Amino acid sequence: MNFSKKSLKLMSVIAGTMLMGSVFAGCGDEGSADEIKVGANFESTGNVANYGQATLDGFNLAIKEINDAGGVNGKKIKVVAADNKSEASEAVNAATKLISDDKVKVIVGPAVTANVIAESQVATDNKIPIIAPDATSPDVTVENGQVKPFVFRSCFIDPQQGSVMAKFAAEKLKAKTAVIYVDNSSDYSKSLGKVFKEKFEAAGGKVLMEEAFLAKDQDFKAALTKLKTANADVVFVPAYYEEVGKIVKQARELGFKQPFLGTDGWDDSKVADIAGADALNNTFFSTHYSDKDAEVKGFVDAFTKEYGHAPNVFAALGYDAGKMLADAIKRAGSDDPEKIREALEQTKDLKVGTGTITMDKHHNPIKQAVILENKNGDRVMVAKIMPDAE
Amino acid sequence: MKYLRKNDFIMIGFAVVLFAVLQGLIAGRILSSFWQLNLLIVGINIIMAVSLNLINGYTGQFSLGHAGFMAVGAYVGVVLTTNFHLPFLAALAAGAVAAGILGFLIGIPTLRLRGDYLAIATLGLGEIIRIVIMNIDYVGGAAGFKGIPHHTTFAWVFFIMLFALFFIKNFVNSNQGRACLAIRENEIAAESMGVNTTKYKIMAFTIGASFAGVAGVLFAHSFYLISPNSFTFMQSFNYLIMVVMGGLGSITGSIAGAFVVTFISAALASWPEFRMIIYALALILMMFYRPQGLFGYMEVTNMRIFRKIFKKGGRG
Amino acid sequence: MEVTHQVLQQLVNGISLGSIYALIALGYTMIYGIIKLINFAHGDIYMVGAYIGFFAITQAHLSIVPALIISFVVTGILGMVVEKLAYKPLRHAPRISVLITAIGVSFFLEYTSMYFVSPTPRTFPAIFGDVAIEIGGIVINGQQMLILGITTILMIVLTYIVHRTKTGKAMRAASFDTETAQLMGIDSDRIISITFGIGSALAAVAGVLVGVYYNSIDPLMGIMPGLKAFVAAVLGGIGILPGAVVGGLILGIVEAFVSGFVSSTFRDAAAFAILILVLLFKPTGLFGKNTKEKV
Repeated sequence: MNFSKKSLKLMSVIAGTMLMGSVFAGCGDEGSADEIKVGANFESTGNVANYGQATLDGFNLAIKEINDAGGVNGKKIKVVAADNKSEASEAVNAATKLISDDKVKVIVGPAVTANVIAESQVATDNKIPIIAPDATSPDVTVENGQVKPFVFRSCFIDPQQGSVMAKFAAEKLKAKTAVIYVDNSSDYSKSLGKVFKEKFEAAGGKVLMEEAFLAKDQDFKAALTKLKTANADVVFVPAYYEEVGKIVKQARELGFKQPFLGTDGWDDSKVADIAGADALNNTFFSTHYSDKDAEVKGFVDAFTKEYGHAPNVFAALGYDAGKMLADAIKRAGSDDPEKIREALEQTKDLKVGTGTITMDKHHNPIKQAVILENKNGDRVMVAKIMPDAE
Repeated sequence: MKYLRKNDFIMIGFAVVLFAVLQGLIAGRILSSFWQLNLLIVGINIIMAVSLNLINGYTGQFSLGHAGFMAVGAYVGVVLTTNFHLPFLAALAAGAVAAGILGFLIGIPTLRLRGDYLAIATLGLGEIIRIVIMNIDYVGGAAGFKGIPHHTTFAWVFFIMLFALFFIKNFVNSNQGRACLAIRENEIAAESMGVNTTKYKIMAFTIGASFAGVAGVLFAHSFYLISPNSFTFMQSFNYLIMVVMGGLGSITGSIAGAFVVTFISAALASWPEFRMIIYALALILMMFYRPQGLFGYMEVTNMRIFRKIFKKGGRG
Repeated sequence: MEVTHQVLQQLVNGISLGSIYALIALGYTMIYGIIKLINFAHGDIYMVGAYIGFFAITQAHLSIVPALIISFVVTGILGMVVEKLAYKPLRHAPRISVLITAIGVSFFLEYTSMYFVSPTPRTFPAIFGDVAIEIGGIVINGQQMLILGITTILMIVLTYIVHRTKTGKAMRAASFDTETAQLMGIDSDRIISITFGIGSALAAVAGVLVGVYYNSIDPLMGIMPGLKAFVAAVLGGIGILPGAVVGGLILGIVEAFVSGFVSSTFRDAAAFAILILVLLFKPTGLFGKNTKEKV
């Protein structure tokens, strides 16, 4: 009859162990004087591990190059990685660990917008700057009209990309009608869909139908069959490469002849592998660079040499984040987070892997965008859009 | 009865001391903020595990949708505090009520199912809840709900956890709780002895769901953003793992399970590539050597060491 | 006319999707039938099968049929090894502990694969040309037909094995009562092992075919199909072979119709809702027998 009381005894053991753990973890790990600790909070496990991992690969390459060239200010950069399981609360947990236990001076990552937004609060509280390599939502750096002082990114933002593609559809392709097919589990995809619709309709076009899928879906035929009935001039699919390849393949199979439009999530050679070069003809997407650009060749070659395959857009943006970070630490002249933050804010005409960037007042880099066309297995640049400083 | 009370006092006294010590460590900044955060997470996980244990361990109803109830509590809570600026206590209460009502409504039809059929039905319901939340733009949809005030403190978590532990302990020891145990042991026999099995199953399910809702409110207010991604069926598995690892039908076990799982996860954060592999192996080995979980049906208060310390005989 | 056309096309889409669920569900339901274990690792076995097929084709430069056979055999052996190492020691443990072990095996397969092959998806080289047949405006893909055909054949072969062969008889006996079967001279451990082998090999076939058809595989590709296949198996009445196939097809058709005529965002929710509805009226699935439990 005594089911009672449980717990507390055991809890003492638990608490004791935990305490010890934390006390030990607390001391010791201060890092040596000749290295600067940088946190890398990425999706190494969980459902978007492929994006997190690719970004981390690109970032690591940048840091390796910098260290091989002697580091910054005579110090090597040491990357401390932490996994966030592709989940927002774990991203906070990982960031807290990097800041409080590993004592990093700055954090790079995570890849996914929601995870960065969750992390940004910890960073702000602890006054540690973060650089988000792939988070394209405007909310990442701005909250209620206020710029978050410690949050930066190294990619362009959704409105820029969405309006570029809407303009392209309306003006270059002379499209009057469009359908939109977004990834309902991705903030990136949904917000691009919204911007595209707004801008496309402002340019006189009409969005006939909107459908959604979920990341990791394999079969898109049901929704595509429905979208086909709209018989629109273009199909806009702002999504990531894995699904995009399958969508284009299955759509062509169902008899879609229209051009497909996409965004930088398309920028991976896997799209062509999955869809096949024929199916991919007559598709256009915006991205950060063309791999034929002489400026970019150095990065593409270095990456291919290091990892044995060509970089995708995540890797490129991770690389840019690494370069941006090193530049800021160098100009800050110290590893003081506040000084690094100021230096990041003043980033100007910095040459990174994918071009040249300047930080605007909203902590978004002003950078070029290009529109590429997939043509018989090759990518042809059809437009280069220089940034208009707002 | 006297014995019960004495143990209660020991436990409450112990809890107060433990709280004072931990609070002191937090206030004195001896615990790093990472471990402070994990202390909160352990507390929340304990509430989740012990409430799931009431359903799975004590009543024997195989539920795999616990994260869904947590999600309901979390979203109801954040809407109230963030959009309506209500006090945290009101959000906690609302989270409990909302998840409880949902548990009740879901429980009526589904608890007629048995075993694995119930498991997949609850798993499905948990996913339905998540998908519905993902499609409500008012709460941010897939992008998540942003700008949640940071209300969850160690004190809130600790005392709500304590309340949950004592509530469930007392429930299990009450007449209703005994009925639940009877259902677990043999549903048909229980029914033929005049136990209204449906009523008690739903009761246990509703109580479990309510506490999951409260845990959800606490969870949401520990972070700046929550997203439907945090409440997948994988998360439900995680709570099930805590319960089974600790021991089905042991409150001590749920505490231990929640602690062990949270601790392993936190300790492995620095080895991203091996994290899940080690976790998987730990899980398999654990089940090899202690298939009944760390504590089986045992409670710490029944253990010899406990009785020795407090010089009190008890029937184990 | 337009609507009929839509309905027919969605029906085709649904059947093709459903036949994949059915193929995975066959193995799931066999394994469940014999040891009453929700083998959460089944979806990951399917993933491993896809990778074995992938490496057989790209590294060993085999054509599809030998690749399928290699994947079938290797994955079947893997299934038996997993059973021997992870589940057999727990034969007398509480069922829920075995379930947790299955979740552990699932994580283990996912993340060891991820460690070795990286989380980046791989693409199969084009093996078949795309044969899309158009009948009255309805597009049917040749590979879809192939998958449906293979599913049907396998279902018939399995039903034959289970109902007409000695091994099958032993399987049924072991599934009915392992201990008694043992007393009757049936080597239950061997039968269970064989069942795991067959079930896993079936998953491998599904993995390779899906890999070829959708042309992309990754270490976490098994999670959702595994879950859906389980739903399909339960829908049809878990442990019943034709039930798994029918359950898979129903699931596929429901998903296609919800995506096509309601909204694709509620597709998964609808799949689960159908399952729950069916269970409420037939608590043991469509084909399940309602056995009265005794004390």
